[in-house]
Amino acid sequence: MKKFGIKGTNKSIKSNMITYLMVVAVYIIVQFIIATGSMSSLMQGLLVPLCIYSIVAIGLNLCVGYLGELSLGHAGFMCVGAFSSAFFTKYMLDSGMNETVRFILAIIIGTLVAAFFGFLIGIPVLRLRGDYLAIVTLAFGEIIKNVINVLYIGKDSTGLHFSIKDSASLNLEEEGTLIINGAKGIIGTPRQSTFTVGVILILISLVVVFHLVNSRTGRAIMAIRDNRIAAESVGINITKYKLMAFSISAAIAGAGGALYAHNLSTLTAQPANFGYNMSIMILVFVVLGGMGSFRGSIIAAVILTMLPEMLRGLADYRMLIYAIVLIAMMLFNWAPKSIEWRQRHSIKGMFQKKTKEVQ
Amino acid sequence: MKKAISILLVIAMAAMGMVGCSNSDSSSKDEGSAAEAFYIGGIGPTTGEAAIYGTAAMNGAQIAVDEINEAGGINGTPIEFNFQDDQHNTTIAVNAYNTLKDWGMQILMGTVTTAPCIEVAGYTAQDNMFEVTPSASSTDVIVNDNVFQICFTDPNQGIASAQYIGENKIATKVAVIYDSSDVYSSGIEEKFEEEAANQNLEIVAKEAFTADSKTDFSTQLKKAQDAGAELVFLPIYYQEASTILKQADNMGYDPIFFGCDGLDGILNVAEFDTSLAEGVMLLTPFAADAEDEATQAFVSKYKDEYGGTPNQFAADGYDAIYTIKAAIEQAGATPDMSVSDMSDALKAAMTEITVQGLTGGEDGLTWEATGEVSKSPKAVIIQDGVYVGM
Repeated sequence: MKKFGIKGTNKSIKSNMITYLMVVAVYIIVQFIIATGSMSSLMQGLLVPLCIYSIVAIGLNLCVGYLGELSLGHAGFMCVGAFSSAFFTKYMLDSGMNETVRFILAIIIGTLVAAFFGFLIGIPVLRLRGDYLAIVTLAFGEIIKNVINVLYIGKDSTGLHFSIKDSASLNLEEEGTLIINGAKGIIGTPRQSTFTVGVILILISLVVVFHLVNSRTGRAIMAIRDNRIAAESVGINITKYKLMAFSISAAIAGAGGALYAHNLSTLTAQPANFGYNMSIMILVFVVLGGMGSFRGSIIAAVILTMLPEMLRGLADYRMLIYAIVLIAMMLFNWAPKSIEWRQRHSIKGMFQKKTKEVQ
Repeated sequence: MKKAISILLVIAMAAMGMVGCSNSDSSSKDEGSAAEAFYIGGIGPTTGEAAIYGTAAMNGAQIAVDEINEAGGINGTPIEFNFQDDQHNTTIAVNAYNTLKDWGMQILMGTVTTAPCIEVAGYTAQDNMFEVTPSASSTDVIVNDNVFQICFTDPNQGIASAQYIGENKIATKVAVIYDSSDVYSSGIEEKFEEEAANQNLEIVAKEAFTADSKTDFSTQLKKAQDAGAELVFLPIYYQEASTILKQADNMGYDPIFFGCDGLDGILNVAEFDTSLAEGVMLLTPFAADAEDEATQAFVSKYKDEYGGTPNQFAADGYDAIYTIKAAIEQAGATPDMSVSDMSDALKAAMTEITVQGLTGGEDGLTWEATGEVSKSPKAVIIQDGVYVGM
C-alpha cells in the first residue's frame, strides 16, 4: 500500500514519468519497426486492440485499485461507448463533416455517454455498502447487450425512427437507412482507429488518472477505500467522491469502446465482445498487473491480448496453454513464496547494493 | 533508477519479440511467392460455442485439398491449406486473417460464420484478395465483388421457406421461434415474415430468445400452442432446436416443425432421442445419405478420417475448395501471380463456371457477379432417423 500513500510523492511522480516514458518509447519503437517494414500483418492488426484493452484496464484499475469497488460491468460501459460513438459516426456519415473532427467528436460522445451511464448506476448503488456494485454492474452489462440486440434505429428525411420490435416497424422511407439494425448491429462504420490515436488516448487516460490519484480528490477517494468511517468522520462527502471516481472509470472504458467501434466495420453486441466474460477478462488484466498500478495494467493487457495470437502455432491446444500460462503468471506475481524468490533473484536486487552505497 | 532499467529491459524484450516473429514470418512469405503451391487460407471457429461449424468446414475442406493434391494438384500445382481459429469473434477473425497473410495466403476460404465474415470481407476488399465463404449467409458478406458464397443467403432461405410452406399448403397458422441476438436467425426471420404475408400464411406467434437464454423454451412453445399454430418455423441452429423438440414433446405439443440449413446436424446431437425429430422438415442443400456417388465417397472418407457423419458445413467447405479449383482452372491462374491480379482473374472466372459439388443439386452451382450463388433449395423430411427428399 505504501506505493500510493501520501508519503513519497516524489517517488510517485517519478513512477508516473516512467509509465509515460514506457508508452512513448514503445510507440517510437513500433513506429520504427513499421517504417523499416519488418512488422508482420498480425502485429500491425493487433496494435489497436492492444491500445483498446490497455485503456479499459486503466479505467477499471481506477475503480478496483483506488476506489476499492469491484465492477464486473466494464464491458458494458465499453459497449455503451462503442455504440453511441458508432451511432454518431454513422449518423453524420453523409453530412460532409470533416472526418477527423467527426472521429474526435465520436470519441468524446462515447466517453460522455459511458460516463453518464456510470453516473446513473452509481447514484443508487454507491450509497450501499458491500458488493452491490459488482452485482449491479454485472447485470448492467448483460442488460445493455440485450437491449442493443433488439434496438432498431433508422434515419430518413423526416428524422430518426426508433423501434424495439423489428426493422419493418420503423416505417422508413424508401431512401432511409438503418443505423442500428437489431442483432446485426451497426455495419459500415469507417475504420478510423489507428495506433497513434490509441496511444494518444492511453496517454490522456494516464494523465487523467494520475492527476486524479495524486490530487486532494484522489486522497479522499483512497481514504474512503481504506477506512470509510474515518473518512466520513473528517467530513469527506463519500457519495460524491465515489460517484466521481466511478464515472471517470466508466468514461475511460467508454473511450476504449469508441476506439473499438472504429476499429471494426461491423459492430455487434455479442457475448464474445461485450459479455461478462470480457468484463472478467479486463478484471484479470487489472489483478494480474497489480491493483493500483496503471503501468501493470497496461503491461498485463498487452501480454494477455497478444498471448493467444502468439500461440497460434499450437492450433487447438492454444486456449488450454493460455489458461495454464495465466495461472502460472498469477502464481508468479502473487504467491508469497514467489515474491520472496523474486526478491532474492531479481535483476533489481543486483543493482540495489550499488544504489544503497550511493545513498 | 532500477525501475527504469527493468522497464528498458521489458521494452527491449518486446521489441525483440516483434522483430523476431516478423522475421520468421517474412521468411515463410518468401517461400509462398516461390510459386510452388497455391496458398489457400481458411478461417472459422474451431474452439468456443460455434466450434462444431468451423471444425466441420475445416475437415470438409481438408478432404477436398487432400483429394486434389493426390490427383496432382490444380494444373499440376499442389495446394497448401492452413486453417485458423476465430472463436466466432470478429476481433479474433481479423487476427486470424492477418496471421494467414503473414503465412503467404493468396486465396481465402472463409470465414465460416456470418458476423466475423462481414468484418473480414472488409479487409479482403481492401487487399483485393479472392474470398469464397462456405457458409456465411448474410447479404452483408457479399457487398464487395471479391467475395463469393457457397450457401444460400439468409433472405433467400426465409423467402424459400415461406414459399415452400405456402405453395405446398403445409399449414396456414405459423409460429416462429428465433434467436434475436443472432444475425443468421434474425435475418431469415425478417424475410420469412415479409414473404409469409404474400403466401397467405398467418403468423400467430413470433417468439424470440437470445444467446443468453437458450436453455428453456417452454414459454415460447406455450404461446405458440395457445395461439393454435399448426407449424412452428425454426430459423435457428440445431442445438437449440433439439431442446425445443424435447420440451415440445414433454408438453404434449406436436405441430409440424420446419427449419432451414441450421437444423442440419440435429440427428447427431449427443443424448438426443432422434425419434423426436420424426417429421421435422428442413431446407438443406446437403443430405449425408444421398445416393449419388460423390456424396457417398465424401461421407465414407469423412467417417474414416474424423468419425461421425458430415453435416452441411463440411459439404460447404468441400465445395468451396473445389469451387476455387474450378475458378483457377477457368482463369488459368498461376501461383506466381500477385494476390490482387489473381483476385481479378478469379472474379471474372467465377461467373463462367459451374460446379457440381455436393450441395449443387441437379443443376450445379453457378454464381452471379455479385457473389450470390444460385442453386435450388432442397426440402427434406426426417423419417425413421434419415433425411428423405420431398
